[in-house]
Amino acid sequence: MSIDTGVPTSASTPDSEDSRQWTARVRRSAESAFPPDRLLPDRQPAYMASWIYVFGVLTVVSLAWVILTGCVLAVMGPSWWHVSTVGLFVNSLHLWSVEAFFFFMVIHLWGKFFMAAWRGNRRLTWITGVVSFLVSVGAAFTGYLSQQNFDSQWISTQAKDGINATGAGAVWNVLNFGQMLMWHIVLLPIVVALIVGLHVLLVRRRGIVPPFELTETGDEPEKAATGQDPA
Amino acid sequence: MLGLLFGALINLNGSGHYIQWGFIQISVANLVVIFLMAVVFVLAILLPFPRRKRGNR
Repeated sequence: MSIDTGVPTSASTPDSEDSRQWTARVRRSAESAFPPDRLLPDRQPAYMASWIYVFGVLTVVSLAWVILTGCVLAVMGPSWWHVSTVGLFVNSLHLWSVEAFFFFMVIHLWGKFFMAAWRGNRRLTWITGVVSFLVSVGAAFTGYLSQQNFDSQWISTQAKDGINATGAGAVWNVLNFGQMLMWHIVLLPIVVALIVGLHVLLVRRRGIVPPFELTETGDEPEKAATGQDPA
Repeated sequence: MLGLLFGALINLNGSGHYIQWGFIQISVANLVVIFLMAVVFVLAILLPFPRRKRGNR
């Protein structure tokens, strides 16, 4: 006779009734795909000792600054960021962290393109990077529309014809400030954060793409296949 | 004084400058950013990455 103590246990045997529940299956899949040492490794492959591998993390750090300064702007409101000196400073930090985000992301993209970083079953890593770039363009665009100045008026009136030509203007109106602001501070940031998060998880799952010579000569097949340094 | 110290190196209050080549038009500011990205990209490939000597660990 078994007594349910109400305390959840993760050590259910493979044949037990609990092991067939979706929670157990999801947990086993997550543990298999992302063991802790792969999720947060102590070492990276030796070929990563190059500045070109730094731009991915610089992009993520810039995105963190974008989100942080955006949250401050959302808390304090437009009258604060338009008038007070501190508000103007945080508003500028928001703008320049976006500039840094795109600057680093484009260099990251160039680097990964010339490495053919989709090699070794890393297609989804590459695709999530491309999609996050495209969604980020939309997020930045709606940000420029939300500035509440002559610049945003100019951009929106110029963009409306292009958007209307695609047919999307019926539901996505760039002259509708409220709609563009909501897209900028709610919908698009959620999508960007989710896709970037997935991108980083895939980098952890598949490892960093090895240089061409390693995969071609087969010098270090274990590294080349997994992207992880066996040492 | 602080404004002078932290202000932009170039006066950004005027109208922008543009370069036109046929149907292609690009602002000087955007062209400068693209040029800087290319420079940083090349430097990132050429500059040696600092390595920690194994004996020190």
